[in-house]
Parts: sequence; C-alpha cells; structure tokens
Amino acid sequence: MINRKGGQVMSELKQTPLYPIYKNWGAKTIDFGGWELPVQFSGIKKEHEAVRTKAGLFDVSHMGEILVSGPDSEEYLQKMLSNDLSKLKINKAQYTILCNEQGGTIDDLLVYKLTDTSFLLVVNAANTDKDFEWLKKHQSGEVTVENISSSYAQLALQGPLAQRILQKLVKNEDLDNIKFFSFKQDVQIGDVQALVSRSGYTGEDGFEIYCKQEDAIYIWENILTVGELEGVVPCGLGARDTLRFEAGLPLYGQELSENISPIEAGLQFAVKVNKEQEFIGKSVLQEQITNGPKRKVVGIEMIERGIPRTGYKVLKDGQEIGYVTTGTQSPTLQKSIGMALIDSNFAEVGTELEVEIRNKSVKGKIIPTPFYKRK
Amino acid sequence: MALPKELRYSEEHEWVKVEGNTVRVGITDFAQSELGDIVFVELPEVGTELKVNEPFGSVESVKTVSELYAPISGKVVAVNEELNDSPELVNESPYEQAWMIELEATDLSEVEKLLTPEEYDKLISE
Repeated sequence: MINRKGGQVMSELKQTPLYPIYKNWGAKTIDFGGWELPVQFSGIKKEHEAVRTKAGLFDVSHMGEILVSGPDSEEYLQKMLSNDLSKLKINKAQYTILCNEQGGTIDDLLVYKLTDTSFLLVVNAANTDKDFEWLKKHQSGEVTVENISSSYAQLALQGPLAQRILQKLVKNEDLDNIKFFSFKQDVQIGDVQALVSRSGYTGEDGFEIYCKQEDAIYIWENILTVGELEGVVPCGLGARDTLRFEAGLPLYGQELSENISPIEAGLQFAVKVNKEQEFIGKSVLQEQITNGPKRKVVGIEMIERGIPRTGYKVLKDGQEIGYVTTGTQSPTLQKSIGMALIDSNFAEVGTELEVEIRNKSVKGKIIPTPFYKRK
Repeated sequence: MALPKELRYSEEHEWVKVEGNTVRVGITDFAQSELGDIVFVELPEVGTELKVNEPFGSVESVKTVSELYAPISGKVVAVNEELNDSPELVNESPYEQAWMIELEATDLSEVEKLLTPEEYDKLISE
C-alpha cells in the first residue's frame, strides 16, 4: 500500500540548498517533478493549521527564475503573456499566464518588474526548461532571456504572524511599506540581502523571499528561531497544496495544463484581451470570453461520504461531464471538497452531481470558490 | 516503530491478530506514519466474503489514497464504525483502537504464511 522511494532513483533528484538541513526538522521527502522536496515536517494538518492561525515557513527554492532584460523587454513580454504589463510599476508583481497558440496554458507565473527594462519571471519548477525554450523561440527585439534558476533560493513565510516574525530580522525596511503584490529589492535580513515580496500561495498574508543560494540556510534558521514564540513551523509541499487548494489557487498540471485555458480555469482577471499588443493565444481566449468556455473549473462539496481525488470522473445523472482536478478533506473547513473541470452546462452553483469514487457514484454539489477567504 | 510481538504482518503493511477463529485486521504503525494524517477510512460491509490479497477498503491521508488488502481469506463479521467519525485513531492507536475489520477465517493456517514481527521489521528497514 505504500510506494517507498528507491535509494538509487532518489539520488538522481535535484536538491535545494536547504536539503542538508531538512532532517533537523523531521522532514519526509518525496520526488516532486524531479526534485527531492519535503512533503511534510511535523504533519500536513498541523502545518496547515499553523499557516492559517500563526505562520509557516516553506522551502520553495525549486521554483524557476527567468530574467528578461533589455530595452524591448516590455514590448516582448506583452506579446508573450496574457496580463497587461503596461501599467505595472517598478517593484510591483503581477500574476500572468504564458499561453500557446490554442489558448492552452504553458505555465502560470509571477512577473516582477525590477526596472523599466528588466523583469524577473518566477515559474513552476517542472516547467522552467519548457518556458525558457518557448521564450527563446519567440524572442524578438533587443532582449536577453536568461534562466537564472540555479542562482536563487526561495523561501515563503506565510500566515497572519508572518510580518511580525520577519520584521524582527529586517532593520532597513518597515514591512508595512511592502503592500500585497509589491516587493523591495535589497532588503536586509539579518546579515544578508534578499528580494522580499508580499505574496504567496496559501491564501494568507505573507512573504516570498528570494535570496542567494548560499544565504538560504541562514535565513531559514533565523526565521524559525526568531519566530518560535509566535509558533512558526517549517512546512512541506503537502500543506502548501491543501492551503492553495482551499484558497482556490490553481496548480499547474491539475487546474491548468497545455490543454486547459486560463479562461476555463477561471483566471479571466489575468487575461487582458483589450491591451494594445496582440499576445499568443489571444484569439482563442477572446472567443471563450465572448461565448463562454465549453468547460469550467468549479468547486464541489461532497454530500455523501467520500473524498474526490485528482482524475476521478464527474457524472451528471450517470453521464460523464468532466473530472476532478484536485480534492481532499479540507483541514480548515473539515469538509470533503474538490475542484473539477466540467461541462459548462452543468457548472451552476447548487447543481447536484456525482463523483465516481472506486466504482461507486457518490453525490456532491457545486459550491462557490474559493473555499476559504481570510478575514 | 511499535511492532507488537503477538501479531503477524502482511507485506502490504497490515497486521492481524488471532482471537479464536476470528482475526482482527488493521494497518501498522509504520504504515500510518508513512501515510501521514489519516482523514478517511472506507471499510466493507459486514457479511462480505474476502479472498486473500483482495482489496477490501481504503485509507486516505490528506495527500493520498491507499488500498487495503485482505491478509487472509474470510468473511467480514465486524467493522470498526468508530473510524467513520474518527479516522485520526489510525494515527493515534494503529494496533488497538483503530482495528479495521474482523474476519471469520476460512483457513486459519493462512496466518502462518504471514510475516513474523522480525521478518516485517526487516522489510520496513530495507
């Protein structure tokens, strides 16, 4: 019943700079897209709750970083990405989508505007090489595209007490001045410098910290030390997944893929078809916005006992209408819930449907997303 | 890892405890620890006939679903209903409170084919 990791396979996995100290915190690691990363430290439920009520610290150094620079960077990225960069100010970040010609999602990412002519793209680890190739292939104008993933480590400190904890280490900046989706470069964290952004993937307040690889352990240990009284705990990918799921945030490979458009995934806020530049995938996305997409990602709550899981079929009166993209027993809501990509004709909130769980049809209904919103 | 001496173990990480002609079945301490926080346990109905190695239910953690396999053949004579409302008992008390089913053994000698505590210990230490 358990797939144990084989030592040989694991040794070929990539590791982050924090790998050597995972064991000090009781980590259990797994293969995540070619990386050996902690799935949990003290336990998913405990870590999840800490982030909702206090704070949690994540190693997300596996995330990819691509630097786009040069005088034509903005013009070029406007053609590549679905959101509108033209109004983005320096030291602001934006969530955006890299689409293919069919409107499918190559990746979802954050763009950080470092200067008027340089942008940092933070992409999903497993997509880094693919994104980089795609960006190079469509390169135009006076632009340099560099994959700088291996020079950055990234930590995420998330939760209502994140600011109070991080401020103890940051002396040259009042963190009140870093608003949601803003960042500061060269923030002094103890003895080292990092880029600090108020953002995250948990539905809570918090920060993402981009530092040099050699500074990662220093920052990790210091945050856990100064935050001990506040109850900060190290967190793994398991809690990261349940937290983002409750907050209705998509995960690439589940709610998004090269065959799922951002419109189908409910991310219209990040698709600006009226911006000046044409971008790849626009005509398909425009059509989906005008006529409505044929499929939609919806939230499901189970009425009968059972947990919807990724890939399970969704039925309406016995007929297949889609599949579950993510599902679990929500730690915060204590309910069995899921997200599913289904035929838009059945996507109205309140609609009863069934999820096929191990050859049994189990009743559920459509509920609004996000499942959880912080107060 | 706790490994009670009086139990026998399956390669699928179940334990069995013989009590007369009936056999209690649950999952091991090692299994619950590997799975993490258990949030759902699905068990068969009383009366179900099971053949050895046949799937009889599942245990779900926050992250994964794992099938349960019958360690021996027999008829289900009792299921632990308490696990419906308190699946966390599997983490807290895998060998006592979180027993899962009781089987009326078709052939008690099948128990002898299961692993001894020493053999199971070796399996999980590999």
